[in-house]
Amino acid sequence: MKLSQQQNCNTRRNNSFRTTGPLDSSVDSAFKPLASFFWVVLHGLCCLISLVLGFRFSRLIFFLLFSTNTTSTTNHYTVPALLRTTSDATQTLTLQTPPVLITDTPSNRTNPATTSSRVVVGRHGILIRPWPHPNPIEVMKAHRIIERVQREQRLQYGVKNPRPLIIVTPTYIRTFQTLHLTGLMHSLMLVPYDLTWIVVEAGGTTKETAALLEKSGLRTIHIGFEERMPITWEARHRMETRMRLRALRVVREQRLDGIVMFADDGNTHSMELFDEIQSVKWIGALSVGILAHSGNSDESSSLLQKQEDEENLPLPVQGPACNSSGQLVGWHTFNSLPYVEKSATYIDDRAIVLPRKLEWAGFVLNSKLVWKDIEDKPEWVKDLDKLVADEEDLDSPLSLLEDTSVVEPLGNCGRKILLWWLRVEARADSKFPPGWIIDPPLDITVPAKRTPWPDAPPELPSNENVSGAQERREKPSSKTGRVSRARHSRSKRRRESRIADSQVSGRHAEEK
Amino acid sequence: MKIPIWVLFNFVVITPAFVLGIGAEKLDQSQRTERISGSAGDVLEDDPVGRLKVFVYELPSKYNKKILQKDQRCLTHMFAAEIFMHRFLLSSPVRTLNPEEADWFYTPVYSTCDLTPNGLPLPFKSPRMMRSAIQLISSNWPYWNRSEGADHFFVVPHDFGACFHYQEEKAIERGILPLLQRATLVQTFGQRNHVCLKEGSITIPPYAPPQKMQAHLIPPDTPRSIFVYFRGLFYDVGNDPEGGYYARGARASVWENFKDNPLFDISTEHPTTYYEDMQRAVFCLCPLGWAPWSPRLVEGVIFGCIPVIIADDIVLPFADAIPWEEIGVFVAEKDVPNLDTILTSIPPEVILRKQRLLANPSMKQAMLFPQPAQPGDAFHQILNGLARKLPHGKGTYLKPGEKILNWTAGPVGDLKPW
Repeated sequence: MKLSQQQNCNTRRNNSFRTTGPLDSSVDSAFKPLASFFWVVLHGLCCLISLVLGFRFSRLIFFLLFSTNTTSTTNHYTVPALLRTTSDATQTLTLQTPPVLITDTPSNRTNPATTSSRVVVGRHGILIRPWPHPNPIEVMKAHRIIERVQREQRLQYGVKNPRPLIIVTPTYIRTFQTLHLTGLMHSLMLVPYDLTWIVVEAGGTTKETAALLEKSGLRTIHIGFEERMPITWEARHRMETRMRLRALRVVREQRLDGIVMFADDGNTHSMELFDEIQSVKWIGALSVGILAHSGNSDESSSLLQKQEDEENLPLPVQGPACNSSGQLVGWHTFNSLPYVEKSATYIDDRAIVLPRKLEWAGFVLNSKLVWKDIEDKPEWVKDLDKLVADEEDLDSPLSLLEDTSVVEPLGNCGRKILLWWLRVEARADSKFPPGWIIDPPLDITVPAKRTPWPDAPPELPSNENVSGAQERREKPSSKTGRVSRARHSRSKRRRESRIADSQVSGRHAEEK
Repeated sequence: MKIPIWVLFNFVVITPAFVLGIGAEKLDQSQRTERISGSAGDVLEDDPVGRLKVFVYELPSKYNKKILQKDQRCLTHMFAAEIFMHRFLLSSPVRTLNPEEADWFYTPVYSTCDLTPNGLPLPFKSPRMMRSAIQLISSNWPYWNRSEGADHFFVVPHDFGACFHYQEEKAIERGILPLLQRATLVQTFGQRNHVCLKEGSITIPPYAPPQKMQAHLIPPDTPRSIFVYFRGLFYDVGNDPEGGYYARGARASVWENFKDNPLFDISTEHPTTYYEDMQRAVFCLCPLGWAPWSPRLVEGVIFGCIPVIIADDIVLPFADAIPWEEIGVFVAEKDVPNLDTILTSIPPEVILRKQRLLANPSMKQAMLFPQPAQPGDAFHQILNGLARKLPHGKGTYLKPGEKILNWTAGPVGDLKPW
């Protein structure tokens, strides 16, 4: 719209030329070059002035000298057009204008036709308040508004009548427990629905786990399971099943209402998962991504990779399989055959950890299925007590059902993977400080031959520094579980075991 | 006949339950939207068919089709309403082929279709075009002279309506084309106490392409996380480099005051996710530019973003049918430095109510010009507006021999034939 204005003003300029032209020619043709010369000189002078003093001044001069308009004096759009060539002048002006509260309007004119309008045509000031920066109180208010709007959005467009969730997690104290539980805890803290977290701990409840759970602020039921966690994966899977059944017994006794979800502490859950499971009616199945990681990163795994590339790479997914009309027809399971020879037996093996055929994590139940004596209990579900009494190995919640065709496939009929199964554990002999807090002073202090700071003085002032360095070296070795033992010297090992013993004894002392 | 008592019982018990059920359902629905009723009442969903009759003059194609053929961009820019209105009226049930029974007469002149290479319309030939069209209809049909245009309406969607100039001062100088003094003008420009807004004009929204906007819809449960959103110029560097003229300094003021405020997502970029971002914002700024109206209002309404209108004395589209005060937030230009205080001090219930009003589908429909026309859209709102002006007043039809219009008024350049 405004680009053609330039042409307009240029034509006007030409007009002004033309008006002076004939005048000159009418006087004397000899004066014509003089007039044009004079014009050029004046123009150049004004350009120089505008360069030095600024855009507005020169424009004012022009305005006063060359106002060719016979109508009102509101037309100053023409004037700046003439000086559009002095673009650098405008830059100097912009440097001057911003921080000033400009309210001068010497060229403001009101509309000739109206009297009562608040709006005037012409140059207005750019109003800037004295401290043009955000006010923290207002920022907080805005955040509260946004929160309220989002809550309303969730009410209107999200899940209607959300049911509370019951999360069942088997766990036990070990090096990686804090890692896994913290991740799971944070996922659960983000869930926008009411939540009850049943944590079943093998080896009895411990203060450490309790302290960790307390930090979440969620409603937790911390149950101890008397047996200790075994060291083979097979046995561990079986025990975890028993722990989950124990948790289901709690659901049954306390008649907890909601949707039961099995969240193992090694798994990763997406937020959409919790929205998706709200739509389950009785029992639902989800697709679980299986991340069967290999413990070692040397040639054996790359060999395996090549083999995999030759055959069809198995989809690392466990879950329901549907036909084209969206009905459950079968199950995808993770093809573990290529890995069986290399799979881990013991928990700390540096090998691939394989999942079972169908993990518990991929199923969600309506809690009413495990309740005793409810009116509209479906016929196809077995009673929980009977199952537990039979002591058979329930490898998946499907054993709870007489008829597995009633399972509802969730997550776009299993096409969307909303959680991932992963098992990562530390070495069996890895040690970690209780509660992940280093508690100086330690009993045994050994002067370190090699410290991280080569220029530190050889005689160390306090024992804590030494033990700190020792501790730090202790921790990496226990965490990764991949560092080969051969690096440490024998003497160190003796020392480490001594410290380890003291630590273990320290921990036991604490527990007692 | 004796009605068994159990039948009566069922009737007494079941029917109220049924009614209550329906009532509860309505309550659920009203949680999401609210009915809109402006100063003219609950008129957004009125059907104009049967309430008025419109006669469309058959003008030679040099006034409409030929102009469109020269430049197809006229169909997609902000001023395309005039073309689509013509097409709509040609096939609408309100059209009548018998001019004797018509209440309103429409002249299809595409006056904003003379585009620069950049796509901006030049209004320099429009007065002559309009004048020539009026001369044609007054000489070929008796209906213009009968009322001197008082029962005729014209669509003039350009910047300042029938003042036919893009520059406000020039437009004010020219004033409304003298020949259109008595006609009803359907225009996008609306500002109170301004020469270019006539009494009785119908303000319409600028054209925004409906398919393009529908294609960019995101799921409504995407949380709105941007507080204030704006994309556009703050300083028109080409025409007003130091600011102060463009937008009466309001846009520059917005930039200077809020450029480092994290709540304000404002910049001059042209992102591809512009429409999606608007749907993730609570407030969308709609400040004036060179003219007070802006397509951002339409976009804000479609995407459920509360429009913050910074334009003094603006008249918004269909102002009698839509209560804009309850839907948008009006901020005076002098209050722009306190925009953050103003917006954060709005109570959340008011904000939620505004969002509910915006979610009303009839509101969104009223801002659009869909092809083909749908009930409740902007075409129908224009017809409703025209229908509300019926029956014509006493001064509409002139006594024989009476002449009001001055055919030689206006700048000399306008009198040249087109």
